[in-house]
Amino acid sequence: MNRATSRHGDLRNLLSVADLGPDIAAGIDEVMALTDTFVEVSERKIPKVPALRGRTVVSLFFEDSTRTRLSFETAAKRLSADTMNFSVSTSSVKKGESLRDTIETIEAMGVDAIVVRHASAGVPKQIAQWSQSAVINAGDGWHEHPTQALLDCYTIRQHGGDLAGKQIAIVGDIRHSRVARSNVAAFSALGADVTLVAPPTLLPPSLEGWPVKVSHDLDAVLATTDVCYLLRMQRERMTEALIPSLREYTASFGLSSSRADRLPQHAIIMHPGPINRGVEISAEVADRENAVIIDQVRNGVAVRMAVLFLLLGSGTSWGGDADV
Amino acid sequence: MAERERRLTPPYGGVFVARTTVMTADDMQRATKRMAHEIIERNHGLEGIVLIGLQTGGIPLAARLAEALQKIEGVDVPTGCVDVAFYRDDIGLRPVLPEAATEIPCDLDSRTVILVDDVLFTGRTIRAALDALTNFGRARSVQLAVMVDRGHRELPIRPDYVGKNLPTRRDEVVDVTSDGVELGEMLK
Repeated sequence: MNRATSRHGDLRNLLSVADLGPDIAAGIDEVMALTDTFVEVSERKIPKVPALRGRTVVSLFFEDSTRTRLSFETAAKRLSADTMNFSVSTSSVKKGESLRDTIETIEAMGVDAIVVRHASAGVPKQIAQWSQSAVINAGDGWHEHPTQALLDCYTIRQHGGDLAGKQIAIVGDIRHSRVARSNVAAFSALGADVTLVAPPTLLPPSLEGWPVKVSHDLDAVLATTDVCYLLRMQRERMTEALIPSLREYTASFGLSSSRADRLPQHAIIMHPGPINRGVEISAEVADRENAVIIDQVRNGVAVRMAVLFLLLGSGTSWGGDADV
Repeated sequence: MAERERRLTPPYGGVFVARTTVMTADDMQRATKRMAHEIIERNHGLEGIVLIGLQTGGIPLAARLAEALQKIEGVDVPTGCVDVAFYRDDIGLRPVLPEAATEIPCDLDSRTVILVDDVLFTGRTIRAALDALTNFGRARSVQLAVMVDRGHRELPIRPDYVGKNLPTRRDEVVDVTSDGVELGEMLK
């Protein structure tokens, strides 16, 4: 199969939201349309189609994950692909094998797609340069997590329609968040107005080129917010004291019941998970009707089916044009 | 001759140039009515019948068949649609993308399913559809209704209800719309 890079962007890989094509909105629309069909598949009594029979998807996770890894694995299985699991703790990486040798070893077994998560930004891109398989970024350091952005777009659309003109507040640890980077790119490509809400220490050193507004006051933006997107406090990535204490963070930026009450009636509350109840979101708010966190997880499987099918099965490039 | 652009219709893409009109809209309506009568005759009524149109050409046809059945028997037959993209045997060989989500109106266990498509050609799409249906229950029987049977079968599949048998060359293209059926070629 011809897997050359087309004018629609990188057909072979999904490393960042920008890979969805020069017209990111069109690329996202295509994934969304395909996701609709996979949502239907997921609701069947036998939620499985033979679309990727004989293909092999390997998940290569150098960092802990439950939902993303399970989500990709479920997606691949529902497409009838074979899945292989590589977890660093039980692999030869522990014996000192280099990343390149690991990739070459895996490739030699004949895989069609590699799903990578790594603590360092750029590792998926590096792997893509070494490998013939399709590479999907499942989160690299502080850089990107494109399938999370796609499933968030899908979930917002499902609950509130078109993203154009929506006021989306992304609250919390923006600095260490790959989810925020991918989501800002995707949300603004679809015409939403994104406001980043965080203390100055949890914002990236430079916001040049980010199509966003910035606020340091959550209470000031609540009343005009359509989507309140909370991020997890990533304590494992914090190498210095960026906030005085978690309690103080919760007092100023946590979504408490009284803050959630001040959101407009139609507003939805999102979180990429895993949630820290009582830190960025109160336990009561996380269980409210308009907290769509579980829907995000559910849609994640269908979105990842769409991405895997587009990369491995459809024979088209992002944007829908024939390329075989 | 009219030129219509068929943008993404797999596996074509290109410009369809019609050479002859094979059926007019009236012809299609008459054929639909006849097929409706044949369905009722063969199944001794409409008990347990489900119409399933194939994406995308079979859907308007299934709707018109349902309408005709309702006029004759006064019964609303459950109607759905199926997209067979994920069941095709040529995934990876040519561009395959689903057109829309599948919608099966009820459990198919011990129902009589009538698959409806516009053109029957190699039979591979029907093979894929039969595969897809097994995920929705064990139908008592599956029958096939098509507006045009153009021959060139590659699998042991035959239609039960045919609007028109149309001898064609392999490289010709049959285009079915609500205005009628045209035979022509694809300009690449």
